[in-house]
Formats: sequence, C-alpha cells, structure tokens
Amino acid sequence: MALDRWIALVLLLIFAVYGYTAFFTMDAGLPPFMQRNPVWPSTFPKVLSVIGILVALFVLTGFEKTVGGHRAPEIDYRRLTDYKLGQALILLSLMVAYALLLRPLGFILSSSLFLILSAAVLGERKWLVLVPVVLATSVGVWYLVQQVLGIFLRPLPFFVG
Amino acid sequence: MFEGILIGLGTAFTPINLLMVVGGCLIGTFIGMLPGLGPMSIIAIMIPVAISIGDPSAALILLAGVYYGAIFGGSTSSILINAPGVASTVATSFDGYPLARQGKAGKALTVAAIASFSGGTLGAILLMIFAPMLVSVALLFHSAEYFALMVVGLSAIAAFAGSGQVGKAVLMTITGLVMATVGEGALFNLPRFTMGVMDLQSGFSFITLAMAMFALPEAIYLVLDPGRSNTGQSGSGQITDLRITRDEARRITPVIGRQSVQGFLIGVLPGAGATIASFLGYAVERNIAKGEDQAEFGKGSVKGLAAPESANNAACTGSFVPLLTLGIPGSGTTAILLGALIALNVSPGPRLMVDQPEIFWSVIISMYLGNVILLALNLPLIPYIAKVLAIPRNYLIPFILFFTLMGAYIGQNNATELLILVGLGIAATVLRFADYPLAPLLIGFILGSMLEDNFSRSMQLYNGIGFIAERPMTLGLLVLAVILVVLPGYRARRARLRAEGVADGD
Repeated sequence: MALDRWIALVLLLIFAVYGYTAFFTMDAGLPPFMQRNPVWPSTFPKVLSVIGILVALFVLTGFEKTVGGHRAPEIDYRRLTDYKLGQALILLSLMVAYALLLRPLGFILSSSLFLILSAAVLGERKWLVLVPVVLATSVGVWYLVQQVLGIFLRPLPFFVG
Repeated sequence: MFEGILIGLGTAFTPINLLMVVGGCLIGTFIGMLPGLGPMSIIAIMIPVAISIGDPSAALILLAGVYYGAIFGGSTSSILINAPGVASTVATSFDGYPLARQGKAGKALTVAAIASFSGGTLGAILLMIFAPMLVSVALLFHSAEYFALMVVGLSAIAAFAGSGQVGKAVLMTITGLVMATVGEGALFNLPRFTMGVMDLQSGFSFITLAMAMFALPEAIYLVLDPGRSNTGQSGSGQITDLRITRDEARRITPVIGRQSVQGFLIGVLPGAGATIASFLGYAVERNIAKGEDQAEFGKGSVKGLAAPESANNAACTGSFVPLLTLGIPGSGTTAILLGALIALNVSPGPRLMVDQPEIFWSVIISMYLGNVILLALNLPLIPYIAKVLAIPRNYLIPFILFFTLMGAYIGQNNATELLILVGLGIAATVLRFADYPLAPLLIGFILGSMLEDNFSRSMQLYNGIGFIAERPMTLGLLVLAVILVVLPGYRARRARLRAEGVADGD
C-alpha cells in the first residue's frame, strides 16, 4: 500500500476517535441550559467526523486515480536513504534540543549553539566567518524581540542571570 | 469610491506605511529570489513581525508587499539561473532563461519588470473597480449564505487541486477544519478535544501551523536534496544591456494587456491563483501567436516571457478580491494574510470596506505604490540584488530553521509551542512526500472557526438544519460546492474509462 493510502488510514482512525468523542462522550458534561439549544459544541464536530470518515475511505480505497500516470515526485520517499536523511534528522533533533534548552541556557547561548551546530552538520567549516555572523544574529534578534517587540526572552543562562 | 481612494491615499502615504511598502517589497524580492523558498514560507516567517506592528493597515501593507515582492524576485532567479524561487515563476524560466543564455539577461529582466509592473498595476485598477461591486452584493448575505459561501470556497480550492488530487485535497481541508475545533471556541466556553494538554487549551496557533506546513517542510526538502538549493546552471554572468527595442515593446504590449486581465480573473477564483495563471497565460499566448512568433516560444521569446510575468502579478492582485470583500481566502498565501488580520482583531468580510475603509483602501493604494517601487528598485539594482543568489546553503538552512522557531516562539511565548512546531512540521513533510496538498489544510484551519460560527448561528436562527432548505441561495451555493468537488473526479473517471475502452477495442 502506498504512503498516501497509509496516511488516509491514519486520518480515518483519527476521525473515528474524534467522531466517537463528539457523538458519545463530549455531551456528558453539557450544562442543561445548553441542551435546549439547537446547536451543541459537539454538533459541528459530528458533521465533520462523518464527512471526514467518508472522504478518508474514498482516498483509502484508491477510487480516484491520476489520469496519465503519476508526475515525478520532488522527493521519492521510497528511496529516502539516498537523500541526506541523516542530516535532516540531526537538524530536527537540534530543533527539539533548542526547544528544551531555550529556557535553561538563555536565548543567546542556545540560539548561537543551534545555528553553529546546524551549519556544522551541513558541512560548514569556516568558523572564523560563521561564529561572528551567528553571534551578531543572536544578539541582534534578541535585541529586536526584547526591546522592539517587547517580548521577554531570557538572554543569559540560568546560572548567570 | 473616490472618498475611499482619498482615505486610502491618506493612510498609505503616512511615513510608517510607506516604509512598510518599501521594506516589504525589498524583503520579498530578496527572499523570493532564493531558490526553493516560496512566498508562503516567507510570509509565514514575516507574520510575527507584522502582528507585533499592531496597526492592521501597516501589517497588511507589509505582508502584501512581501507577497508581490517575492513573486517579482522569483522571476529574477528564473531568468538568471533557471532556478525559480516560486512555483508561479516556473513559466517565466521557459523563455527567460534562454534569453539570458543568449546574453540578453538584461533585456529579459527589463521585459519581466515591465510586464510585472503592468500586470500588478492593471490588477490593482481592476481590484478597485470589482471589489466595491462585490461588497455591495455580499452585504446582503446572512450567516447561512456565509456558511455556504465558505463551503464553496473550500470545495473550489479542492477542485483545483489537479487530477487525482481532489480526494486528498478534501481530506486535507477536513483535517484543517478538525484542527480548528481543538481548544476553546468563541461560541461555547468549553475546551474541546484538548486531550488534557494544557497548551492546546487555546487551540493550535495559526502562526505555528503556517510555519509547520510551509517553511519547515521547505527547509527539510532543501536539506534532503542538496540539488534544490543549488544555484542551478550558472547564468550568463554579466547583466549588461537593460534596454528593449521599440519593436519589442510594440510586440509585448497586447500580450501584457490580455494576460493582465486574464491573470486577474484567474486570481479571483478560489484555488486557482498565480501559478495556474502564469502557465495558462503562457499557453494561451503560444496558441495565439503565429508562424515565426510561435516557433520562438521556448527559445527566448519576449512574448513568452511577458505573458506569465504579467499574468502572475495580476493574479496575485486578483486573489485579494475574495480576501478583502468576502473575507474568504482563495489561496494559501491569502489564507495566511487572513490569519494575520484575525490576529490583529480585524473581522474580515464585506463589512471591512464599510467599517474600516482605511484598511481596505490603503492596501489597494499601497499596491500601486509597491509596483512603482518594485520597478524603480529593481531595474537599476538588479545586478546587485542578484548577488543574493550566492548565499551559501550552509547559512541559508540554519537561518530558515531558526526563524521558524523564533516565529513560533514569539507568537505564543512558550517553549512547548516549539515542540508542537517540530511535530507538525514532520507530519507536514510526510504528507508532502505522499503528494498531499498542504494549502487546503491551512485554509481549512483558518476558515474553520468562522465556518462553525456561521453554521451555528444559522442553526440557532432557524432552530435546526432547516436553514439550508429555507434559504434558496444557501441551498444553491451548497449544491454548487458539491458539484465542484464531484465533477473533476467524475470527468476524470469517464475519460479514463473511455481511454480503457479504446484500448480494449484495439
């Protein structure tokens, strides 16, 4: 089964759970005054879940076929290992690490680390250019966000300030 | 209308808004030129900035500037290095790149600039004429018609998804609508479908979703396939002579005129937009052209270059018609603009022109300004701006990732949001692998709450689902929506069956 039909299957399951919640469990806590309303918070989700399940089934069964063959995909997921999959996964992990370390390490350090490490993963080796550019960006963005946009970002690690 | 134009002139010519036009056009041109980065990613990254400006007119002017700047910038990389930065400028490279290879890069850039300028300006004039007319009709609509109209918009977007894609597009739209029901709705003060996650209490953030659907997969694709960001074939090097001859000007004038109008009309349709407009414009002009002219298409014809360029710019402007008059976006890009407007507490719809004419008119006026600025900036500066194409990939990708993270963080001020961003981004990349269109998901998400509000209001008013039968216009629109979705599949199926039948007969 091709990937697009697997996705349809996953969505079908999600819609099924969603529909089950809308039809059977959601209205339990509904205050009595709302029950006399023609629309409940669950009304629209009920409609959506029914349509969603039907459409997911339609895609799952492969009823609709492309006329004249498939166009070449930009990236063929069947040969994913031919691409720079490792790099992509490392970069995604770096993003997760960034999310977790942003508060404890402070904005400037974590952003600089993120930018330097991800450039290094991609193969950048000219540190003398990279590091100053990255530091200038981190400090510059911090200044813009904190001072111009007025959103608090802790700049330094927790043990400094 | 003249009153409105005056208000628009007054608002658009304030120093801050002028700065927004210039800034937006510049940023759009620069980033639009980078191969592999589409206007949706750029606008998604720019939203947090626009929202923090606070003034809706200024924010919309900025984002609109980025939008047509990006389309303009995309044509430069199409012509110079045959690497379109934007899908809607792919057709530009058909004749633009051959011209550049013949050493006429300067001429090609001039033709593209003039065609874009004319397309954009004619589009803005048409917008100014059509939008108020549409508004006066739309003001008669009730929530039932709104509900139906949004359904039509959503189905039209799915219907234009291409052959074999309609089911997938509808599925994505529904997924977007389902995601919109997560969290506390405006109508009922009850948290829904949060699965006990505190951070979902207020629902998914539209900025995070926009980044996750467009900017992040784009960046992952750039990482996976280094060939995408590779600066293509090296261009002709020097851009020397920017002049075009009188004869060439005479030949492209009718092309520009036709394609501006056609592009605008295609842009107005939900789901069509700049990409379809540019390809169709190119195809139509090639068919109209005769003899020598037609043979030249694809080998460096100025007509073949002018057609997609005027069409895509006019279509960009055209896509603002449903956005500004009905509050219904017809494309991913205008959906993002709509999301930004909602975030700024502007309620889009036909009342926008009546209640907040300064927003409505200043955006239109700023389009004229933006086009003039693009022309003025780009003609003399093109050789220098083209240097941007040399930004190394090792810098480009980390910075895109960093700015998506920043955008999600600024929007919610919450580190969990970053994890949601990465999760949704991975999901979006997998969807893209399987050739699912992502714009319908975002459009569904943005229209979701409005759709539900209007649906619930009509239900309350008519005490049940009866409103569909009682209001003929609602019924008509809903029938149209069903036809839009079913027809392409039915026709494709019939064509396939007929093709198979012929094969059997052989």
